[in-house]
Amino acid sequence: MSELSVWERIEIVHHKGRPTVRDYIPMIFEEFYEMHGDRLFGDDGAITGGIARLGGIPVTFIGQVKGRDIEENKKTNFSMPHPEGYRKALRLAKQAEKFHRPVICFIDTPGAFCGVQAEERGQGEAIARNLFEFSTLKTPIISVVLGEGGSGGALALGVCDELAMLENATYSVISPRGFASILWKDASREKEAAEIMHITADDLQRLGVCEQIIPEPSGGAHNNPQQMAENLSEYLGDAVQRLLKKDIANLLDSRYNKFRKIGMFSEPQAGK
Amino acid sequence: MLEDLFKVVKSRMDDKAPAEKGKKVSIPSDLLFKCPRCKNVMFMDDFIGSAKVCSECGYHSRLSARERLDMTIDKGSFVEYDRDMTSLNPIGFPDYEEKIASLQQKTGLLEAVVTGECTIRRHPCVIVVMDSRFMMASMGSVVGEKITRAFENATEKGLPIVVFAASGGARMQEGIVSLMQMAKTSAAAKRHSDAGYLYITVLTDPTTGGVEASFASLGDIILAEPKVLVGFAGRRVIEDTIKQRLPDEFQSAEFQLEHGFADMIVERSKMRRTLSKLLKLHEKDGGLA
Ligand SMILES: [Zn+2]
Repeated sequence: MSELSVWERIEIVHHKGRPTVRDYIPMIFEEFYEMHGDRLFGDDGAITGGIARLGGIPVTFIGQVKGRDIEENKKTNFSMPHPEGYRKALRLAKQAEKFHRPVICFIDTPGAFCGVQAEERGQGEAIARNLFEFSTLKTPIISVVLGEGGSGGALALGVCDELAMLENATYSVISPRGFASILWKDASREKEAAEIMHITADDLQRLGVCEQIIPEPSGGAHNNPQQMAENLSEYLGDAVQRLLKKDIANLLDSRYNKFRKIGMFSEPQAGK
Repeated sequence: MLEDLFKVVKSRMDDKAPAEKGKKVSIPSDLLFKCPRCKNVMFMDDFIGSAKVCSECGYHSRLSARERLDMTIDKGSFVEYDRDMTSLNPIGFPDYEEKIASLQQKTGLLEAVVTGECTIRRHPCVIVVMDSRFMMASMGSVVGEKITRAFENATEKGLPIVVFAASGGARMQEGIVSLMQMAKTSAAAKRHSDAGYLYITVLTDPTTGGVEASFASLGDIILAEPKVLVGFAGRRVIEDTIKQRLPDEFQSAEFQLEHGFADMIVERSKMRRTLSKLLKLHEKDGGLA
């Protein structure tokens, strides 16, 4: 990985020209049919999903949509999903399980939307339900953090067999700004927070959260979106093939253990 | 008795410097309870006598894990799991160890959750009780691990599980590791569910953030205590976004019931009995065998 500071990576991730889900879809998949709605309330523009073909293999694709301009951001709510977005994701994932299609999730969100209607429709329940159901979904799941992996709103698409991160992507329990503001009562210390929070792909690989780091073109994905898409395709093609070879019981056991082993604690009398 | 209390309060007030008199009278916190919801003031003895429920508005105030266990489970039935597990500092957050140590001293707990096995009116179950005095019962490695093990033990032994949830959310001081505890606990809850066993959640004050967005929302049956705070996002975060004040009922237990995210609101005085009846209904042959 290139030697950039955490803050430099955050700036790359927020670069206006950084490719989004909408840019990658046509470059990665041979076909993509977008599907809409959670069948319960509505269709959330912050999460897209549908059926795609990757290297000849049918897959279900789910992704959080950052807008490339103000118009698009209005439709995608700056990639901050409402409960119906998470429920759409779950509906499509269940459909993938039925038809034995691997699921590919692209994570790119500052977090789940915080608002009155999101609360009324059960934002917490929607996220929890995805964690619960994805943990035993009987088909391979690959999640990739494209840019920003913000908290529970990212994790709701992050229960998977393999988590990959683009080289400059970050994934955190709260934004550095929120971290500084809550723990130090001083949002202006966000750079300092970013440095100590362990939020880069490298950090997360060390902590056992991320399995693969996908290299970005020099200076960041925006410098060569085509190259970035090729790197992504190569990784995804390989991961899908690899995971499809595993039998489902093994796959689910490894998925359980991937999360089961994360945590650091001490047990003086651990002799049981 | 009451008169004695009055005297003590009065004499403490009289101790105040004259300049302070008549302005703001600070209430000695050990003698009086001031309800955070309706500002009603009760004598501590009355408050404790009513199981820490506000006599005016019915707010069910926070309890320690010990108090909760004492009023819920059969005396002498508790066998604690993983009592000695303590936190490390996964991301090297400054002063985290000192903070934990001082809370351990203050609360007599090693961490923010107590787990174990017990009976409730002779009905066996695994029980999980979170204690908000310990760093707002935020979920870090220890909380996540102990709750995961509680679900795993329940699955292995074929027992129902009752979880008294209370938490400010993920423990930010543990960084991404705390976020992953949401996935870990929810996956353990799924295995328990798939094995066909009962999970009852009790939402208590406050159940928010990453805990509300994981195992706390996943019970087969979700009970809530009256007037408690339950929600995902912080109220202030939402108010800052929409630039207006939210009504008091927003994110209350009653709000969750109205919007379909809780099954029943159960008063503290009826909780033990309600839990035992629900446990019994899920026993072999409806508990009548
Ligand atoms: Zn009150």
